[in-house]
Amino acid sequence: MTALACADAEPPSPARELWQSLAASRGALAGFGVLALVICCGLFAPWIAPHDPVLQFRADLLRPPIWSAGGDARYLLGTDELGRDILSRLIHGARISLFIASMSVAMAMLPGIALGLLAALHRNALGALIMRAMDVMLALPGILLAICVIAILGPGLLNTMLAIAIGTLPSYTRLARAAALAELGKDYVTASRVAGAGTLRLMVMTVLPNCMPPLIVNATLGFSSAILEVAGLGFLGLGVQAPTPEWGTMLASARDSLHVAPWVMLMPGLTILVSVLAINLLGDGLRDALDPRLKKVG
Amino acid sequence: MSLLDLRGLQVRFGDGPRALLAVDGLDLQVDAGEVLGIVGESGSGKSVAMLALLGLVDPPGRVSAEVMRFDGRDLLALKPAARRRIVGQDIAMVFQDALASLNPAYTIGYQLQEPLRAHLGLRGAALERRTLELLDQVEIADPRQRLKAYPHQLSGGMNQRVMIAMALACDPRLLIADEPTTALDVTIQSQIIKLLLRLQRDRGMALILIAHDLAVVAEMAQRVAVMYAGQLVETAAVPRIFDHPAHPYTAALLAAIPEHSRGNARLSALAGVVPGRLDRPAGCLLAPRCALAQPRCVAERPALVDAGGGTAARCFFPQTFPLTAIVPEAGGG
Amino acid sequence: MIAYLLRKLATLLPTLLGVTLVAFGLIRLVPGDPVEVMMGERSLDAASHAAAMHRLGLDQPLHLQYGAYLVQLAHADLGLSLVTREPVIDELRVLFPATVELTLFAMVFAVLLGVPAGMAAALKRGSGVDHGLMGSALIGYSMPIFWWGLLLIMVFSVDLGLTPVSGRIAVEYEVVQRSGSMLIDAWLGGEPGALASALRHLLLPTIVLGTVPLAVVARMTRSAMLEVLREDYVRTARAKGLSPLRVMLVHALRNALMPVITVVGLQTGSLLGGAVLTETIFAWPGIGKWIVEAIARRDYPVVQAGILIAAAIFIVVNLCVDLLYGLVNPRVRDAR
Repeated sequence: MTALACADAEPPSPARELWQSLAASRGALAGFGVLALVICCGLFAPWIAPHDPVLQFRADLLRPPIWSAGGDARYLLGTDELGRDILSRLIHGARISLFIASMSVAMAMLPGIALGLLAALHRNALGALIMRAMDVMLALPGILLAICVIAILGPGLLNTMLAIAIGTLPSYTRLARAAALAELGKDYVTASRVAGAGTLRLMVMTVLPNCMPPLIVNATLGFSSAILEVAGLGFLGLGVQAPTPEWGTMLASARDSLHVAPWVMLMPGLTILVSVLAINLLGDGLRDALDPRLKKVG
Repeated sequence: MSLLDLRGLQVRFGDGPRALLAVDGLDLQVDAGEVLGIVGESGSGKSVAMLALLGLVDPPGRVSAEVMRFDGRDLLALKPAARRRIVGQDIAMVFQDALASLNPAYTIGYQLQEPLRAHLGLRGAALERRTLELLDQVEIADPRQRLKAYPHQLSGGMNQRVMIAMALACDPRLLIADEPTTALDVTIQSQIIKLLLRLQRDRGMALILIAHDLAVVAEMAQRVAVMYAGQLVETAAVPRIFDHPAHPYTAALLAAIPEHSRGNARLSALAGVVPGRLDRPAGCLLAPRCALAQPRCVAERPALVDAGGGTAARCFFPQTFPLTAIVPEAGGG
Repeated sequence: MIAYLLRKLATLLPTLLGVTLVAFGLIRLVPGDPVEVMMGERSLDAASHAAAMHRLGLDQPLHLQYGAYLVQLAHADLGLSLVTREPVIDELRVLFPATVELTLFAMVFAVLLGVPAGMAAALKRGSGVDHGLMGSALIGYSMPIFWWGLLLIMVFSVDLGLTPVSGRIAVEYEVVQRSGSMLIDAWLGGEPGALASALRHLLLPTIVLGTVPLAVVARMTRSAMLEVLREDYVRTARAKGLSPLRVMLVHALRNALMPVITVVGLQTGSLLGGAVLTETIFAWPGIGKWIVEAIARRDYPVVQAGILIAAAIFIVVNLCVDLLYGLVNPRVRDAR
């Protein structure tokens, strides 16, 4: 009798398992799809956008979107108070928001995790000092801390990135420290140390991967709140400055034409809402998939 | 007429052929003042059956029974409010993990008073008097102080006494104790058992004692029901069931008591595992594990039959074997 | 309980000190001439500049400067605003109650609507009600609140004319500010229509500021209730024959409140951030708007004071949360 070859003899890899788990949630899939769309807009903005985002069409100020009376096929979502094409500005805005958000998450995550691991390893004065510093940083709500940094450094794209990163750093530190402490208490770490494994190697190769799930979830949600913060700072005039097409900045200038041209205000806001919603849906799905213990009950 | 008359109880989770039958056609009768022991391993359905009786099985579980009568009243036909008047008052239940079964946010005095307020309408001095009385009856020293204590401040044994007091609050006719001593230290275990026995005798209460420990049941019960994989496999009077088990599973349980394996190289145990949802045999549920299984056992499901002397067993060949045949190593070797 | 309270206070002190350090450092980190930054005066000649440096204590070693700063704070001296030349503390006294009133209303709004919503979603888990409520919550905290505010203004103020666009009360009412709360003062003043006007002005800002906390509270209540409803003690309560309402409210909710209280505390902290945006949109005269304008105008003493106040509020709120914990969960009180 010939031996039958089993098709799927091996268990699925963690990545595949994650994907399967995510795919089971319709919300997460929808979120992923929308996010992919936004990322594409961001990546290929110069080629997708119909017009230059800062170009002003003086003859077409405050044109309504194409489905309204007075709409023009050249400006699918209408123009703003300076005659700039809203659709192009939104597409380029995606690029800016995604860039700042991802950079600030990275800038917060890497030092944050490093500090957290350090604090977990050195449960003496150094660790205590690090955590106290984090407590102080956490005493200020995110946007206020960002505003402080802006107060020192001045407004602008780079400073916005830095400001948001500083604001979110403490949460990664806390999470990393808590997860690392839990891992360090486990027997396999003690055994490895007894066997002579170097601490750094131990931390990076074995402890860190086990800490990743809550960190990834936090990063995803941090990404969505970063987008909201960028927009908020832009709205206050403290973030990305005009004429750069940032979604929040667009909303700030739309205030004046609220009653005559509602679309100038509606479009950027809806874009922010949809993007953030997509990321949050994805984040929820990731959390359920990565750590069954964190699963929403029911 | 029995105090409790249960026939054909079924608790089903899910639909269709893949549904899990946690309880599969259970028949039980308990008379007033009687002590019945229900024995079985985890997953045998003994706890779920009692929860179903109290109306505590939630969707997706579904409860159905041919007869579910308490004191002549059809429990399934009652409106929820009417059923709640019986539950907690005439039928009460004590659970296994007393600390987890008490609300950590309220004092035990408060929790003890709740059924007294809700069912008996007691207030003020009468309420306090009765509460202290109850704590006295479960042999808790210094009851006045204890009233203000929180569950986490008391030991496991104390908490279990509190739970018993809570269950007795409204003088129930039937008390169900679901493994009341499993989570306790051995010394406390025997104290609690003695307490339950005394209370049962003094009040003339019917008591259903669920256990997986046959020794506990032997001490307390007048009759024993043995459950396996959701089914009732044997019910008999106490001295008889231990001396002459009619069903192979009961025999196996008895053989598994460490004392019965004295002198043996190994503890005797039944090979195999309890059937789950997907591997339920078409015939007798024990057939895959039973050393005496015949072709008929594999093909057909046995019904409960009278095996003589007040015993009923769900077997085609009850009481026709010596103990040693089931567990080859028992009694020597 | 007292011991618990004192222990909590002890852990807060270092954090508070740390915040003063940040506020102290803020002004000194701004690039440029410190005299200009701190006094708003530029192009001073060398002698005046040196005199100013000395007056501001800038020629002292840093730790002495910090000590002097702490002494200043102890005397409630927050410096002078560079723009108005008035003591910062005076401006703070006027603006702070406005923010408190708004934040309080927003939080009450969030809890009054959020907890029942979460409970309803938990009880009807998996149903249309559950999905609808949780979906709305998700949208609620994915929204940029300044856009939400603009949207509400557009619909209710501009198109429907039901609510005012800005301020705390209509311009025509003269209200003597006694308690800090416009609502109370308008009511006490007795002028007909003043109270109604104050309420109408409070309505939209409360909704806008309270939306995100509402969403978060609703979600957290739902998940906490679902966890608690599975616990053994809930089963015991039902086995005692208690009514479902009692089981839910007395037994389940009390224990589900712990994570909800945590979330309320955290949200109050983030409310200060949201207040910044809300006050800007509705021209609500509170400290949020004050700080933002100060940054734009480089009024550093005001920014410094703003940071201190914001952090102090957050710390106090967290202390209250910890106290509430101790009340609700007796186990926490005894824990070391």
